[in-house]
Amino acid sequence: MNNIIDYKEYLPSDFKVYVDVNELRLKDGRLLPLSFVWEDGDSYEVDRIIETRPAASLKAGGVGMRYTVRVRGRETYMFLEEDGGLVRWFMERR
Amino acid sequence: MPARTILHADLNNCYASIEMLHHPRLRGHPVAVGGSAEMRHGIILARNYEARPYGIKVGQTLWEARQKCPGLIIVPPDYDKYLRFSRLFRAILSDYSPRVEPFGLDEAFLDVTGSGKYGGDGGAIADEIRGRVKFELGVTVSVGVSYNKIFAKLGSDMKKPDGTTIITEGNYRRVAWPLPASDLLGVGRRMTVKLAKYNILTIGDIASCDPDLLQNWFGKWGLFLYTYANGLDTSPVAETGSESAVKSIGNSSTCPRDLVNDEDAHIVFQNLAESVAERMREQGFMAKTVQVSLRDNDLSWFERQMQLPQPTHVSTELCSAAMSLLRQNWKWEKPLRSIGIRGVNLIPIRQPRQLSLFYDERRREKAERLEYAIDDVRRRFGHYSIDRAMLRFDSVLGRLDPKADHLNPTG
Repeated sequence: MNNIIDYKEYLPSDFKVYVDVNELRLKDGRLLPLSFVWEDGDSYEVDRIIETRPAASLKAGGVGMRYTVRVRGRETYMFLEEDGGLVRWFMERR
Repeated sequence: MPARTILHADLNNCYASIEMLHHPRLRGHPVAVGGSAEMRHGIILARNYEARPYGIKVGQTLWEARQKCPGLIIVPPDYDKYLRFSRLFRAILSDYSPRVEPFGLDEAFLDVTGSGKYGGDGGAIADEIRGRVKFELGVTVSVGVSYNKIFAKLGSDMKKPDGTTIITEGNYRRVAWPLPASDLLGVGRRMTVKLAKYNILTIGDIASCDPDLLQNWFGKWGLFLYTYANGLDTSPVAETGSESAVKSIGNSSTCPRDLVNDEDAHIVFQNLAESVAERMREQGFMAKTVQVSLRDNDLSWFERQMQLPQPTHVSTELCSAAMSLLRQNWKWEKPLRSIGIRGVNLIPIRQPRQLSLFYDERRREKAERLEYAIDDVRRRFGHYSIDRAMLRFDSVLGRLDPKADHLNPTG
């Protein structure tokens, strides 16, 4: 049988975007994202952090600390993901 | 004993659900997690609900599963990811009780008796846990609520996915007793067949059976079954952290016959090392040091230990360290009555470690993955479902089941 389905075709996520983030670590231990670079190369300021809580992103596929942020007047999520030793930020593509 | 409120939480199709969460393209397709898919061998470790109508079952070989469902997507297991998830899962549970006792990677018992939340209302706590797991981890969990661990576990199997089932002292005869005997914790395949021969088909049949008969048929285990089926189990839920406070994990055995040479000792060490390594993996530790204890037939006793080149939770590495300690310290002037092996100097699995240039890391990783897969098979099908060939060479020494008492949820 040569029609075995290759699972690797199913692994990429269509909505998960890892982003570079400029962050601030406060002396009380909190971590704040200040700005990020979206995949179009544009830099976006985080105007306000509205809420943080652990959450899953069903859309992007992942879990982490979810920051609800306001960016250019719009609310969006930033996820701080811990995957093995790797800690990084991802966001959901619309 | 005052009435207790015990929950058993069980992540639905754990490995498959975790893969589907991380890889959205898998959703909606029949998916299984199983052995090495590229090598075209191995068995199914988990499958999603979409795969169920095709008759895909845990334990099937991959080729058998592919025959039943040609469209099945088989993803190789990623134990690091599952361990990480397991820790997040337990962290949620520990918000509800200081007593959270893991039962494998994807299940745990918790004792919420007198919990401040919802005045200790088990059903309400179970519902909140289900909501949080879904929101925070993106997977579903089924929870059983009862006054003992056995019925709590039984309950968590009843509504899948994402359900709460409450079994009380008032309803267990109606809810638990009509269920097939094989649903009861501790009733394996062979026992189900044997029970069926005596026309004991349901949990209620076990409960109303004469305990002396059960003891005759199954020994001590028969009495356990009787207590389990009647809701009389009183085993406590272990305190959280009792496992992380451990300084060492070990096992020893007084052998059914005296050991007279290295080969005898090797069989017993390997057997013991497997149970020790399995417990280390279960609790998320690796040992930096191996210690052996030897007792000869005059019952004089001593211990020796050595540092390992690399911290490990792989049984073959523990065993070979034990063997080299034995060879250095024992010349077989007398036979050995009892030997033990212990991993000490434990470090958490996640702690970063120095990789060695002089050591084949890939081979080591393979050995690790093999042992995780064996844990899985054993947890689902019993200890003897899979065994090292060397243990079959000596029917007396090889038959020791060092983990037998671990089948008992009291741990």
